[in-house]
Amino acid sequence: MSEAQLISPLSAEEVEAIEAEIAHLPDRASAAIDALLIVQEKRGWISDESLAAIAGLLGMSTADLDSIATFYNLIYRRPVGRHVVMVCDSVSCYVMGCDRLRGAVEEKLGVKPGGTTEDGRFTLLPIVCLGACDRAPAMQVGKELFGPVAADDLDGIFGGFD
Amino acid sequence: MHDLSTMPLTGRLLDADAAGKGVVDLEAYEASGGYQAARQAVTGMTPAEIRELVKDANLRGRGGAGFPTGVKWGFVPMDGAAAEGHKYLVCNADEMEPGTFKDRYLMEKDPHMLIEGMIIGAWAIEADKAYVFLRGEYHEPYRQLQDAIAQARSRGYLGEGIFGTGFNLELAVHRSGGRYICGEETALLNALEGKRAQPRTKPPFPPASGAWGRPTIVNNVETLCNVPAIVTNGADWFLELGRGEDAGTKVFGVSGRVNNPGLWELPMGTPIREIIDDHAGGMQKGYRLRGILPGGASTEFLVEEHFDLPMEYATIQAAGSRMGTGTMILMDDSICPVDMSRNLQHFFAQESCGFCTPCREGLPWVEQLLLDIEEGRGQPGDLEVLDRNADFIGAPGNTFCLHATGAIEPLMSALKYFRDDFEAHISTGRCPYREA
Ligand SMILES: Cc1cc2nc3c(=O)[nH]c(=O)nc-3n(C[C@H](O)[C@H](O)[C@H](O)COP(=O)(O)O)c2cc1C
Ligand code: SF4
Ligand code: FES
Repeated sequence: MSEAQLISPLSAEEVEAIEAEIAHLPDRASAAIDALLIVQEKRGWISDESLAAIAGLLGMSTADLDSIATFYNLIYRRPVGRHVVMVCDSVSCYVMGCDRLRGAVEEKLGVKPGGTTEDGRFTLLPIVCLGACDRAPAMQVGKELFGPVAADDLDGIFGGFD
Repeated sequence: MHDLSTMPLTGRLLDADAAGKGVVDLEAYEASGGYQAARQAVTGMTPAEIRELVKDANLRGRGGAGFPTGVKWGFVPMDGAAAEGHKYLVCNADEMEPGTFKDRYLMEKDPHMLIEGMIIGAWAIEADKAYVFLRGEYHEPYRQLQDAIAQARSRGYLGEGIFGTGFNLELAVHRSGGRYICGEETALLNALEGKRAQPRTKPPFPPASGAWGRPTIVNNVETLCNVPAIVTNGADWFLELGRGEDAGTKVFGVSGRVNNPGLWELPMGTPIREIIDDHAGGMQKGYRLRGILPGGASTEFLVEEHFDLPMEYATIQAAGSRMGTGTMILMDDSICPVDMSRNLQHFFAQESCGFCTPCREGLPWVEQLLLDIEEGRGQPGDLEVLDRNADFIGAPGNTFCLHATGAIEPLMSALKYFRDDFEAHISTGRCPYREA
């Protein structure tokens, strides 16, 4: 994708996907979260330009949409790497050693939580319980769930993402 | 083949597992009687009859609070002006309570069972719109649900004129932007409307005024999954399924240092120790069990003296805790109760929606004090301060919703059962669980 396409306007596919969500709902503004997730899907994050374009499409103010975007953990208002690495830090994973796993991930990627690897491949973020507590400690990379994860597994896991 | 009359929730998916299939597909679901209950309900029963049936079966909500489902459905206006226009059925599939992983399992493995339960639930309140409010991180359940909904629609189980009747139902999945508070049902409704997920004032309660101001029922995934088999087999069958007072089966779960962590559908009233020893394979070698959070991160600790109790609502409540989601988290003797409490408070502090002061300001403060104690900076008197503030923050009514109460319950029970550990941190100025 060229630089110009990464900022607004929204692509025809994005508009179509957002309109399909609106069709399930009584009014356009109700699709705010769906729309943010749809646009983030391909672009990785929500830029100010994307935000303004979505607000325009939904007929709401940019400020209103931003207050919604910033409320939710999974909507990113800053650029992230190609794959978001989420290491669960909730209680079952805590009991099964998630602190050690996070340490190993930090070392392997060379970043702290919130950081992105220099090659732009991975962003490391903490995440609450992934609903995989029987596979603790668990982590998710992009849309893929892994667990239980040992430090030795990390090369294999990260190797699967370009 | 598993017996669906004793394992109505998981019999099918265990068969699919045994056959090497990851999911109960439409063919397998229908071959084992699937969608017959919805057909029977929509073509042969009135909404009032279904509500009565579910009430008689004593189905209680599996989302944490245990409210009787049929009673809740009975609050929806069914005639007069209030009943005109849209009504909504919303499935709460937010599942963000740490330690809880049962709804993911049901949706990933047997999505048609949930859809069938929602068709019947929607008919019971004459809702014409239904939503699954799904955690944003749940990618595999999302894929499975989207596929299953498309299949159900192509068979005429969803859409216009279901089973050749005049009943119409649209079902859509709403993915959450991610915040624990979205699971609280009124916050969920705000999120569904595309807003910030802040809880709403009650009353009005959602059955009177919910999504977009219309009558709305919010039910947990597992609750709705129970409905088809109740229609097929009747209320008496469901009442008999439980081992004690409570009706039906429950998907119980165990996580922590056991040999075989996982989920099992067992009769309500199965004793805690039986779940841990017979199903989860007991503790791993070298680890001793000290306490459990019986139903997720917001439930109070139970300890040795409670492990022979049956998992049923009244019994667990009398023991000072809650059944919650029925997925228990085990604390073994290698885990520091102070640091585990800090981990729990970190979650609740981070996930506070920020609306009211005791929760927004109090929980981070509690987390910090626990960190201080854990790291050897505790002072004499800190535990009394913690006791007092826990009381203040946690008392229902001091905050706008039950998030803060749920946060404080495990802490108060830790202060009660593991007080020696807290005191040792303060008197020795270090955590005895950390290597020197
Ligand atoms: C802070 C908070 C979080 C909650 N999270 C969930 C959840 O993730 N899933 C759920 O089913 N219920 C959750 N609940 C309970 C819901 O408010 C509601 O009681 C439940 O969805 C009703 O369904 P049921 O009657 O079928 O159990 C939560 C409650 C609170 C106070
Ligand atoms: S108790 Fe906490 S989560 Fe609930 S409304 Fe108040 S600040 Fe929000
Ligand atoms: S606590 Fe980590 S997946 Fe549930």
